[in-house]
Amino acid sequence: MPYKEKIAKRAAREILAGQVINLGIGIPTLIPGYLPSDKPVLIHSENGILGMGPRCEPGKEDRNLIDAGGNYVSVTRGASFFDSALSFALVRGGRLDVAFLGTLEVSETGDLANWIIPGKFSPGVGGGMELAQKARRLIVTTAHTDRNGRPKILRECTLPLTAKGCVDTIITELAVLDVTPEGLVLREIADGVDVDEVIQKTGAPLAIPQHEFPRF
Amino acid sequence: MIDKCVSIEMALQHVRDGDSVMLGGFGVPGTPFTLIGGLLARGTSGLTLIKNEANEDGMGASRLVEAGRVRKLICSHLGLNATVIGMMNRNEIEVEFFPQGILAEKIRTGGAGLQGFLTDIGVDTILAKEKRRIEIDGRKVIVEPAMRADVALVHAHMADRFGNLVYRESARNFNPLMATAADTVIAEVENLADTGELDPENIHTPGAFVDYVVVIEEITPEYGILKHHAL
Repeated sequence: MPYKEKIAKRAAREILAGQVINLGIGIPTLIPGYLPSDKPVLIHSENGILGMGPRCEPGKEDRNLIDAGGNYVSVTRGASFFDSALSFALVRGGRLDVAFLGTLEVSETGDLANWIIPGKFSPGVGGGMELAQKARRLIVTTAHTDRNGRPKILRECTLPLTAKGCVDTIITELAVLDVTPEGLVLREIADGVDVDEVIQKTGAPLAIPQHEFPRF
Repeated sequence: MIDKCVSIEMALQHVRDGDSVMLGGFGVPGTPFTLIGGLLARGTSGLTLIKNEANEDGMGASRLVEAGRVRKLICSHLGLNATVIGMMNRNEIEVEFFPQGILAEKIRTGGAGLQGFLTDIGVDTILAKEKRRIEIDGRKVIVEPAMRADVALVHAHMADRFGNLVYRESARNFNPLMATAADTVIAEVENLADTGELDPENIHTPGAFVDYVVVIEEITPEYGILKHHAL
């Protein structure tokens, strides 16, 4: 299974039935493919949809119905449409249970940096800052290291922050880590991965509970 | 009976060089492509555009930017438009970014006759550096001024002659907010009903906010499906 699918499959297990969730671009958009049908959730899309369904089959697209990335989508039972101010009232007002976002860097205290590389990449933050800061639970789905093999999980972010202390859980192709007041704690590891590899590829201290880890 | 229906030429006389212009839409849905095409044809320039994003390269708002008609763009992101990002990086256009919901709320408060609002969004980030900050209940917050424009160009699925508007699906987005927040509001609409035909329970924008209604003659291909976003 490609690493992105592996992360998405594991991330889907963090969702509880009935939750309102938002899926950022990249890996999070793969999560609905792994949600069991007995676990109804309401997917929020920044452009004014609650109850977003799967992408449309070819030929079934509706020109008025897209997700925040421009893809043609369907809606599920109980869906609603609203304007952009109400869409973010839902987010800032505490009605978004879980947001899943990708990242460039994440720190051991849950700081998130995913919107700008000064001088190189500055397309604007979109809705990311509000999702990061105000979702009741923020789960980061990311490759454990960057293209050059350097850790993306660091003691401190080097890039400008999206939001401070906002991340609750980090899910990578190697492990599931929780951000706690005592720092990063290893919760699960992927099949075929050993603890030493996770430690070596993480750029921050990792608390390793003394028990057998669940595998994913 | 009040009838706000006018030709596109009549309506766009009210957009002048140098105006600030809000454009509804989030991607294709809700973007007033017909009115934008009209502005291009008229040669209106020196505009400050306010829109969630600049559409994709070669489409809608991007055409105005690419044609050099835009002095400044106020938006939330340009992630799907490499052309405008390039122009921004070469300082050919001034771009001001706001977080998406903050941009929406600035417009909402502008339309509601308020002067601004307080928010903690971005308070720990570089975005806060140039903002006025105050302390309230022991917490640092940003003072975010409201936003209005000279003109708003919006797109609706249905209108009556009084200007009551109904939007469709995700084409609602910024349209009802912008329809409240400009001195002159022009709505392009796909369908026109006689006043009295629309159910008052289901009006999204009351006609009092709308100055001119332009009925779209043809749903041109730019309103259609973008193949690269389809499976």
